[in-house]
Amino acid sequence: MKKDLKQKIGVYICECGGNISDYVDVEKVAKAVENEPGVYLVQTTMFTCSDSAQIEIIEGIKENNLDSMVVASCSPKLHLLTFRDVAKRAGLNQYNYVHANIREQCSWAHSDRTEEATDKAVRLVRAAIAKVRLSESLETIEIEAKNVAAIVGAGVSGLRSAIDLADQGTQVYLIERDHFVGGRTAQWGKLFPTNEDGKELVERLYKQIKERENITVFTGADIQSLDGSVGDFKLGVKISPRHITGACDEETSDQLYKVCPQETDDEFNFGLTKRKAIYKNYKNAYPENPVVDMDLCDKCGECLKVTNSNINLEQEAENITLNVGAILLNTGFDPYEPKDGEFGYKTIDNVITLPQFRRLLDMSNGSLEYNGKSIRDIAYIYCVGSRQPDGENKHCSRYCCTSAIQSALNVKSKYSDVRNFHINRGIRTYGKQETCYVDSTKQGDVYLQFFEKSFPTLEKIGDKTIITLNDALTDNETMEVSADLVVLVTGMVPRKEDTVAGILKVPIGSDKFYNEIHTKLRPVETVIDGIFIAGACQSPKNIRATMASTLSATAKANSLISTGKIELEPIIATIDTNLCEWCGKCDELCSYNAFEKVEIDGKMVAQVNKAICKGCGACAPICEVNAINIIGSSDEEVEVMIDAFVKDVQFIEDHKAKEAEKTVGKTDDTEKLKKALPEIGKKILQSLESEAKSVPEIAADIQHPADDVLYYLMSLRKYGFVKETGEINDDEYYLYELKQ
Amino acid sequence: MSDYQPKILVFSSDKISDPAIDLAGLLKKHYSPKVYNITVPCTSSVKSRWILHAFEKGIDGVFIGSDGTDCPYRSDCSDLSSKVIEQTQEVMKERGINIARVKMAALCSVCADPFVNHMKNFSESLASLGNIKNETGQSNE
Ligand SMILES: Cc1cc2nc3c(=O)[nH]c(=O)nc-3n(C[C@H](O)[C@H](O)[C@H](O)COP(=O)(O)OP(=O)(O)OC[C@H]3O[C@@H](n4cnc5c(N)ncnc54)[C@H](O)[C@@H]3O)c2cc1C
Ligand code: SF4
Ligand code: SF4
Repeated sequence: MKKDLKQKIGVYICECGGNISDYVDVEKVAKAVENEPGVYLVQTTMFTCSDSAQIEIIEGIKENNLDSMVVASCSPKLHLLTFRDVAKRAGLNQYNYVHANIREQCSWAHSDRTEEATDKAVRLVRAAIAKVRLSESLETIEIEAKNVAAIVGAGVSGLRSAIDLADQGTQVYLIERDHFVGGRTAQWGKLFPTNEDGKELVERLYKQIKERENITVFTGADIQSLDGSVGDFKLGVKISPRHITGACDEETSDQLYKVCPQETDDEFNFGLTKRKAIYKNYKNAYPENPVVDMDLCDKCGECLKVTNSNINLEQEAENITLNVGAILLNTGFDPYEPKDGEFGYKTIDNVITLPQFRRLLDMSNGSLEYNGKSIRDIAYIYCVGSRQPDGENKHCSRYCCTSAIQSALNVKSKYSDVRNFHINRGIRTYGKQETCYVDSTKQGDVYLQFFEKSFPTLEKIGDKTIITLNDALTDNETMEVSADLVVLVTGMVPRKEDTVAGILKVPIGSDKFYNEIHTKLRPVETVIDGIFIAGACQSPKNIRATMASTLSATAKANSLISTGKIELEPIIATIDTNLCEWCGKCDELCSYNAFEKVEIDGKMVAQVNKAICKGCGACAPICEVNAINIIGSSDEEVEVMIDAFVKDVQFIEDHKAKEAEKTVGKTDDTEKLKKALPEIGKKILQSLESEAKSVPEIAADIQHPADDVLYYLMSLRKYGFVKETGEINDDEYYLYELKQ
Repeated sequence: MSDYQPKILVFSSDKISDPAIDLAGLLKKHYSPKVYNITVPCTSSVKSRWILHAFEKGIDGVFIGSDGTDCPYRSDCSDLSSKVIEQTQEVMKERGINIARVKMAALCSVCADPFVNHMKNFSESLASLGNIKNETGQSNE
């Protein structure tokens, strides 16, 4: 495939207000690249991202009829979109622009060796020029989107998400695997930090859901299959029946629980109690009707004899297909289950987990008992299943320090003679939760601490369990705590029974939770377009953090599908069908099923589905006949870049004629210079007009992150706009003022 | 120790290892200025022929900054790259190129220090191997 090479390339080399030009001689770079094939014009600019520089670039491109552009400046992570937009405004196709990172990966990285940094910058810019020469105009892939979303999981995250998404005008299917909504939050009784009851929170959210016509709730619903792609997913869902076909009031329900002879451990109470085959998670669980657990039911028929029971044991599961534009995963977590014998779990009878203790406390009435024995001294062992030095779970589960301490507060307020012993590894009640810790020390709780080098040991003597540890707070003194009940403060782990990840191909992170594209920059999106994650399925979170991520995912999903159209990056795999022999290897390898087998000119070849391919490129090396290339990283593009890196750099020492060079935004006239400043630079100057300020003060005033402010302030200082006053303020920050 | 300054080609991934290299620069952690980076969506896309092309043209060492298990596309991307490297090394052996000239390590998005250390160690070991052109048989200019 012979390409039309670009002939009129504009190259813009940024000084970044000294951040680049202090270490890289940008004029030398400009000179060294001006004779590269295809280059029509080279300019250096003070701040390429500033509005005025953008306008000059756009005018220059139009005036000279340029066909492509290279910007050499900071990392493309910061301004790729800015310059794509410049390209578009100049009438270029945005993919006829290539970026060279000469700041993070050159001037700053090699600020210790300026000459060599300049040499490297030349090579980087040349590589970008060589690449842009090969560039082709690409159209973003536009597809239609259904303004309908599937929310998987109806814990507090899914419930909240459904309400918000519905209010933004999106049709919602809320899909819950359990027969009752609310997820884990309903299990904990009083919640930190508000002491609100978990069940009440769930009730409030569920009632709001019922008020909205554009939300459909499915319970007992399990995802079976996924077809299609972003904007137009087809989700196959199996709905297991409740086996109760009409209303079933409380009295009738109680009657049913009584007559049903089949019994099992109640999962909702972590096996502390039993439930029947006809059951509800708890009395006010929603939806209101009980459910019949057909795995347990032996169809004895006792329940059918109860009047008005509306029971139908023959009701069949239903398979439905939901057509949705986006999918939000809110499937939550499992509490860590200790191994048998881990701190006496299942081997010592008065050792339980924190989730069990929360249930015990929630259900207890009048006296606190476990296994028929009354409890006074409680020992909490922290970080069980989290922060494991040898095990798989390296993470801190974040909720548990606070939850254990709040449990100690709750138990003491309910049973005042209880004594709490917190055997911890350093308390992490971050943020507002610290007040729980203060309250617990005030009520007389005892704190002991161990390190990962020596874990406490447990031994049952009589009715008591004796915990022995080397206490770090008293210089490793050996301490013994005698407890009636030991609570293992267990962390959060990904759901064991994960039926969706495989079907939806959700990326899993090293911690085994669902993985976002980027922790900081794109925290609720997955690489699969149209699939979002939020809540505890992504990482351990308390409810506050769950809600924050939930609302973020909700907004992202709505903005993706609400206009009915979605634009996708055309960075995908291409197949040279002349070479392809359909061996099927790429199809086998692709995690997203992007390949199809099609017939072209009488032979079978691979074809890439544009809406599905993510452009990761994993398939490219596998093809034995080298038929696969990724747009933007094709063999040709990579190879010309390598050639540019190794090509000799010779500096032409005639930059005495510097004055004559055309430079954007460079002038001695301060007023003109001021105009060339980026928006933030102008705002900083404005903010300093009234009085001298410190960096945090300026940041607060102009509402920009302090690190950005600091960085532009340094440039402003360098160009003589501001100076330090030499004084510091009360918070010990330097003050800056305008230089007259 | 030789004072030969080897040229290193790095393949980094757009979302994970490239940000780590950026971070190294942001923190002004220095490494050899003869390190040149090409960013790809995921390093599992790096082909044998690119690596061989680099050696042929005079790059002394190729480093693949893989995402390891952090990869947003697929958690086995390093395994895929390992296979590509193995195949490449077979060809390198045939051509008399020292197989230690290609290297891979996982970098997370904030792995600035590990990146700089890798560059330092790799530069040193490549320096002791000397100019690639002695192995590929091209003239030494
Ligand atoms: C002991 C303990 C005490 C806690 N106490 C507090 C507290 O006091 N305050 C606080 O802020 N936080 C507390 N937390 C944390 C809190 O439980 C979580 O933040 C919260 O439950 C996260 O909500 P979620 O909706 O993301 O997940 P979950 O509550 O786990 O809900 C997920 C839902 O998804 C459903 N689901 C799972 N898989 C599927 C599937 N494949 N298909 C369909 N549906 C599916 C589940 O059935 C469930 O209903 C505590 C945690 C523990 C372990
Ligand atoms: S929150 Fe506390 S108990 Fe939980 S893992 Fe972190 S440090 Fe351990
Ligand atoms: S691996 Fe190559 S030859 Fe095989 S089907 Fe895919 S594109 Fe065709």
